[in-house]
Amino acid sequence: MKANQTGMTLIVKTITRLTVGLILLYGIYIVLHGHLSPGGGFPGGVIIALSFIHIMLAFGKDMAFKKLNQARASFFENLGAIIFLSVAIIGFAGGYFFLNFLSKGEPFSLFSAGTIPLYNIAICFKVAAGLFLIFVALVVLSRKEEE
Amino acid sequence: MIELHLLLLFMIVGAIVAVEVGDLISSVVAVGAVGLGLSLVFLVLKAPDLAITQLVVEILCLIILIRATIKRDLPLIKSGRWHFNTFSTLLFIVVFLLLAFISLHDLPGFGKPLLRVASNYLREGFLRTGSANLVTSVILDFRAYDTLGEATVLFTAVMGVMVVMRRIGRKKE
Amino acid sequence: MSAYFLCLVLFCVGLYCILRKRNLIKIIIGLAIIEYAVNLFFVLAGYRIHGRAPILAADQEIVNMVDPLVQAIVLTAIVIGLATTALIVAIAIRIYDKYGTFDITRINKLKG
Repeated sequence: MKANQTGMTLIVKTITRLTVGLILLYGIYIVLHGHLSPGGGFPGGVIIALSFIHIMLAFGKDMAFKKLNQARASFFENLGAIIFLSVAIIGFAGGYFFLNFLSKGEPFSLFSAGTIPLYNIAICFKVAAGLFLIFVALVVLSRKEEE
Repeated sequence: MIELHLLLLFMIVGAIVAVEVGDLISSVVAVGAVGLGLSLVFLVLKAPDLAITQLVVEILCLIILIRATIKRDLPLIKSGRWHFNTFSTLLFIVVFLLLAFISLHDLPGFGKPLLRVASNYLREGFLRTGSANLVTSVILDFRAYDTLGEATVLFTAVMGVMVVMRRIGRKKE
Repeated sequence: MSAYFLCLVLFCVGLYCILRKRNLIKIIIGLAIIEYAVNLFFVLAGYRIHGRAPILAADQEIVNMVDPLVQAIVLTAIVIGLATTALIVAIAIRIYDKYGTFDITRINKLKG
């Protein structure tokens, strides 16, 4: 009973439960196919962040923090930065920073284009966690003070 | 290109409404309409990457702005000597538009870009990176330093928001 | 050429909002409009008549593409714009908490 009092009405919660998985899946699709079709790390990361923000708006902050709390979000942001930089630094072994050292693979297939999908995933982590942290800071931290 | 001009006029009208309307929530919704119109303009200008990004970013920007304005509305203040400010602003805008209109003739014409650097990317991008999406091949291979700087700016902005919004004088448990 | 001029008019609407309005949220909205106008100007400068989107397909030869470089630059600029907007909003909320108003002429007690 207590859980039903936070967040929005039952209609919004039911629709959210149905759609939030699809939004998350669409974000992951956008990220993984960033080198083949329109999209990439930036819009995919924003869509993934929007799916968590969707949970937070509909169910309240406790439910959203159960999925992704602040410490885990900042861990993912740092993980994105470390993946991006380490893939770039490994390129030094072959010659220069940001060297595309993996093989190009079969053209127009999912596993192609060398290091570009790795960079896309790193940027996706970084953007998603960063925007989620911005939203948490703007909504939750300032509301605590008003109470 | 009649649809491009119609969308641009829609954006200008939406921007004027956003600037002049009295209610803050209406103003924020109007600027959201301008952003969604910009997403359609990107689609007309053959930039699908930018259209997707602008669409999702606009939704998040709208949520953040509504968060800032909700329960904080205040009546607009009309009094005060702001005639000089209005006059100088309008004068500056008229001069700016006049000079811009003169100098627009020196730009390459609309629809005829120079492509001095980009023709190289268009020719060799697929062969050297293997990425079918040439925009991705530019931001993540040819110009990856740009993306690195962007990640730094994003990280700095997140830290700035956390520092500004955190509770002052947190008590020890 | 008229598209460039309409884009500059949009820029001037945002400039008028920043220079003339006294509400902090209106100033943020003016900044957002200016950001839209600048991004739009970049993309307009890279457009080619009857151009195609710069994405290759498997079984066809695509020529006459639009400029991918300006799109790459604007793609990063959009996300940076969102982050800076969030930072400005955070500062505006703090100012409201301290002074109880968004009116910039009443925020004059700059101390500590």
